[in-house]
Amino acid sequence: MGSVGAKDVPVLLTPDGLRIDGRRLNELRPLKITAGALHEADGSAFVEWGANKVMAAVYGPREVHPRHLQENNKAIVQCRYNMAAFSVDERKRPGLDRRSQEISKVIAEAFESAIFAEEYPRTSVDVYIEVLQANAGTRCAGVVAASVALADAGIPMVDLLPSVAVGKVAGKIALDLKKEEDNFGEADMPMALVPQSGRLVLLQMEGHLTRPELAEALDLGVAGCRQIYQVMKQALRDRYASDGPDPSGVSP
Amino acid sequence: MGSGHRSGHRGRGRGAESSHPSGERILVLPGEEIPAEGLRPGSGTYRVNGRIYASVLGLLSLRPPLVRIIPLSGRYIPKPQDTVVGTVTDVQGTFWLLDIAAPRWAPLHMTGTPWKIDFGETEQYLRVGDAVVVSVESIENTGRIGVTMLGDGLGKLEGGTIVEISPARVPRVIGRNGSMIQTITKLTDCQVAVGQNGRIWIDGPDEGIIRVRECLRMIDEEGHRSGLTERIQKYLESTQTPGSTHDYRSRIVGDLPHEAGPTNPIDLPTPPPLDLEDPAARAPAEESDNDLPPDY
Repeated sequence: MGSVGAKDVPVLLTPDGLRIDGRRLNELRPLKITAGALHEADGSAFVEWGANKVMAAVYGPREVHPRHLQENNKAIVQCRYNMAAFSVDERKRPGLDRRSQEISKVIAEAFESAIFAEEYPRTSVDVYIEVLQANAGTRCAGVVAASVALADAGIPMVDLLPSVAVGKVAGKIALDLKKEEDNFGEADMPMALVPQSGRLVLLQMEGHLTRPELAEALDLGVAGCRQIYQVMKQALRDRYASDGPDPSGVSP
Repeated sequence: MGSGHRSGHRGRGRGAESSHPSGERILVLPGEEIPAEGLRPGSGTYRVNGRIYASVLGLLSLRPPLVRIIPLSGRYIPKPQDTVVGTVTDVQGTFWLLDIAAPRWAPLHMTGTPWKIDFGETEQYLRVGDAVVVSVESIENTGRIGVTMLGDGLGKLEGGTIVEISPARVPRVIGRNGSMIQTITKLTDCQVAVGQNGRIWIDGPDEGIIRVRECLRMIDEEGHRSGLTERIQKYLESTQTPGSTHDYRSRIVGDLPHEAGPTNPIDLPTPPPLDLEDPAARAPAEESDNDLPPDY
């Protein structure tokens, strides 16, 4: 580790523009996606993104439990985002907390707007996201894993939902914050994109950004999402390519 | 998943497939735009501002006037006339609810059975956990799936075991004109009932059941690789133990009827009529076969 500044704040940005792990401001952490990682689920995916490890499983469309949540004209999306007790260095108390409830809700709403829910009235699409190892940006990793899992489960939707967080680190807008940048940075803004339409279906922010900074952050995030989108599509191709043995014929 | 298989060694008469324009078997993902000028969006697609996009993961099928995606994954989507294997999940006064691996449970009304039942007697005929073979009668626009037990080869299943595979692999289990299923039943001396929903009921000698399960696992996991029929055949022949065949026949006849359904499950192996989307069910004309990978 480099020199340590006042109050143990690490140096987040070197004078020549390198971040704490040597990335540039517009660079993503290494991302690896495995589609179809679980056997029992209708669809699943495992995402390793920097030091994040996130598993997603999708079931459905299936009968709604509890029944009273059922909607007569469309499917509902139920999401459970959960962090394992061992996912962070100080043991996380297991179970629902306010943070995971909020994340579950915003993720479910993001997918509700992307799935063609009217095709399966009175059913539920259940999305389970388990964070096994956390290093900032787990809700984004969860959205990425879940949308690959949804495609793997054959659920009709407008598009995959790539997702990334943009933040402000040492006064600069940076893509895909890692833990130290999230903890000691000035802002953190996760988002999820529908590449087909360019719409954002998830956008949250913590911290402060000026208007020009916000515009810059949105642009950077959308560009990051488009890179992630390619990795997501490749993961699905790798799983299914042998079913349609002509990868060269695939449209860009 | 290796990419090891190419058009090299395939069965006779399928060679023509490999010369089809690559456009025929393109894998598409949700959100991908489909260049299909002048075509109408069919199943698995949607249209925005005059452009057509895929909504599910699957293989592209351009068949004027429609463009469709043939899904490679997903739950069983019921279609009328499908024969499916289900299990009872709930018993009510006049009907049972069946889990047929579809998005919804399917109600089986007592009038759809061959039995004369009074109100409240339903549980004497089928209990939670019982397995049945039923036929899909209707799909309402509420998503309700109507099923019936009246018909050839339908009824309650006694004994045996149920294996679940991906519904997309069912045509492979049956094979061209039932070739695969016939090979399996002949070489294992088991009875097998294949539901279009990917649930498969097997009964027979224990070692036979184990071998059928292994075959089904191979089809489920390796169904996209070529030479499957040969590998299944080889596996079955290499595991065949002389003598196991004959003991069994006598046993099952004594075992069977009980108060079983209308028809004897022994007649079941006849593969149910295939749906039209399944190329294996279509006329063998090569040209009409271009939706799916040649191995289908």
